[in-house]
Amino acid sequence: MTQAAAHPLQVEHGGMAACPACAVMPSAQALAEAAKPLHARLMLSLPTAHCAACISAVEGAVLAADGVISARVNLTLKRLSVEAEPQVTASDMIAVLRGVGYEAHELDAGLLNTTETDRQGRDLLMRLGVAFFSMMNVMLLSVAVWSGAEAATRDMFHWISAMIAIPTVVFAGQPFFKSAWAALRVGRLGMDVPISLALVLASAISLYETTQSGVHAYFDAAVMLCFFLLLGRYLDHRTRAVARSAAEELAALEVPRARVLVDGTEVERAISEIAVGDLVRVRPGGRMPVDGVITEGASEIDRSLLTGESLPVFAGLGMAVSAGEVNLTGPLTLRVTATGADSSLHRMADLVAVAESARSKYTTLAERAASWYSPLVHLLSFAAFGFWMWRTGGDFRHAVNISAAVLIITCPCALGLAVPAVVTSASGKLFRKGLLIKDGTALERLAQVDVVVFDKTGTLTLGTPKPTNLADHSPQVLGVVAALAAGSSHPLARALALVATPARVEDLREVAGYGIEARHMCQVVRLGRAEWVGTQAVDVTATYLSLDGVVHVFTFADHIRPGAEAAIAALKAQGKAIKLISGDTTGPVADLALRLGITDWTAGALPAEKLALVRGLTEAGHFVLMVGDGLNDTAALSAAHVSISPATALDAARTASDIVLLGQNMAPIGDAARIARQAKRRILENFGLSAAYNIVAVPIALLGFATPLAAALAMSLSSITVSLNSLRLK
Amino acid sequence: MEILSILIPASLLLGGCGLAAFVWAMKTKQFDDPSGDANRILMKDWDDHPKP
Repeated sequence: MTQAAAHPLQVEHGGMAACPACAVMPSAQALAEAAKPLHARLMLSLPTAHCAACISAVEGAVLAADGVISARVNLTLKRLSVEAEPQVTASDMIAVLRGVGYEAHELDAGLLNTTETDRQGRDLLMRLGVAFFSMMNVMLLSVAVWSGAEAATRDMFHWISAMIAIPTVVFAGQPFFKSAWAALRVGRLGMDVPISLALVLASAISLYETTQSGVHAYFDAAVMLCFFLLLGRYLDHRTRAVARSAAEELAALEVPRARVLVDGTEVERAISEIAVGDLVRVRPGGRMPVDGVITEGASEIDRSLLTGESLPVFAGLGMAVSAGEVNLTGPLTLRVTATGADSSLHRMADLVAVAESARSKYTTLAERAASWYSPLVHLLSFAAFGFWMWRTGGDFRHAVNISAAVLIITCPCALGLAVPAVVTSASGKLFRKGLLIKDGTALERLAQVDVVVFDKTGTLTLGTPKPTNLADHSPQVLGVVAALAAGSSHPLARALALVATPARVEDLREVAGYGIEARHMCQVVRLGRAEWVGTQAVDVTATYLSLDGVVHVFTFADHIRPGAEAAIAALKAQGKAIKLISGDTTGPVADLALRLGITDWTAGALPAEKLALVRGLTEAGHFVLMVGDGLNDTAALSAAHVSISPATALDAARTASDIVLLGQNMAPIGDAARIARQAKRRILENFGLSAAYNIVAVPIALLGFATPLAAALAMSLSSITVSLNSLRLK
Repeated sequence: MEILSILIPASLLLGGCGLAAFVWAMKTKQFDDPSGDANRILMKDWDDHPKP
């Protein structure tokens, strides 16, 4: 900690190693440094970094850039932290990294509150290490006692054990004491109450026995308890910390900025600094940062994230747009009507928060086990005390010894490891397959699911259209279409641009909001909206080409997300019912349902109808898995028993869901359901195993035959069996 | 049994050294990026001369 003292600026940079220069910097210089304004501290996500060469390349490139003071890659979290002069911005760094071939995203350092999580993790790890050291040493001494050390030698070993064990229990047992005290204060018996009682009683009795030169001391049992229970705690913490930091990373990916018009020039500003009445420019391809009314420009907007419509909607002067919609073809200027917390995006997110808090509280398997376990253990221990008091005619020392032995033997070492060990192993497996478990109880809930409800646009489909009737058109028509389509970045046009070798066209221009116009063989040709080219719109997603007075219709279907068929087949094979519900029109939904073999589908559903469907199924006794990505799905996502959303989903949808699909491929969903069921089986087996050990060991303890050796054997064997069983997940 | 008076302090001292090393490693944040540290050893950047 001397570095921190010498250089106060480093104190808050918890996650990052202090730069080497600071460590050797003379203190006078450090003070001068401290007087200067704070350095810019940038955090970047580096999803593609994976090896030593990546670290060298990234750090080398960034350090060579102007104004960078230090840079360090954290390969575990796939992050780069950069310390630089205040004028250096994240976009400079992203450009530098793109130059050396690495994809990078800016992360909001304020949102990444990992230092607190890190601190807790380090704290637990420290206690775990201390408990491990003590366990090994005390065990060494205990083995000597068990193998026959007697009289003065035994007493000396007991005293040395006490000197090691008691400080250890006081230090390493704190997490249990704290949470037991918290539980007792509100009048509850958590799992930590019997644990703390066993720790305190074991240490106190052993100390007393040692002063009386007794035969039995349980110091080894006390530190072993500490170690195994802390191990369970640490695993649990690590699973949650990894999930949390990754989820925070997703949330932080979209650093909200907008281009505001100030006196005719565009200025980049954070959304929080925009006021109602400001003019905001949204370029084609950009997402509306705020709610507003269009004051200039015409374009088409993609509302699929908000409503599930796959077809872009025309947007012209005076039309109201909502935050989250994507501008497709022409630049737009908006007059802001609502920002930040007032915008429709945030109101929707608030709705989700309400739905979230109303979600019926799920009682985890561990909680259910604890609820009958703690009273039983206390009862057994008190019964043993009472019985032996009566039997021995008031031999207090003997009775307390036996009731402590009962507490120590029943202590939930294996029970404490039963759930975290399985969850750690399962979520590690799923993470490698590209699924991020955000909620610790999600796996257990996923195991119960019997109905799966899918959203269409952006979930089962990628939201990128694919032409379906190219064979109906002559090569000449296709050539003209390809030439026209090359002039626009509209998704339908992009899909058509590569279908044929472009024909020669002149005067190509995009009419924002309508389509593309050009001259081909001295005639005007148009590709775009039905009314603009002069025809009636058809039922499916389509664009229209007028050529030589004839209108050609190009129909589209969405690209199915890779792995969607595999996921649906796997879920069906597991006997789950599949439903498709979409806000899109009947045509595309029916088509997709047919292609994927889904018989139960609904089109044109409003967000409230999706919610009603999920609620109805839940009330009918089903456990629903909802898979969706849009804002129109969020209410349904948070009402479902468990929910999954792809990483491309809006923040609100990702926040509402328990599991996030990191890659594009959907096939892991099938695996997830399978692994969840397996994990639940392993957890139940683990409970069974620890119960079996107790059934054998408790009668021995109750009858007063339990020795410290028996307690140590029961405890370590049950913990090891449970851990090994957890690793059997496939 | 006199040998115990040497063996016990010796074993405790060695164990204590291990614990002290662990505490030092924790305090200097050596467990923050395990996979990064595992890879950094393979970097060739400072093979010829130490990092200044």
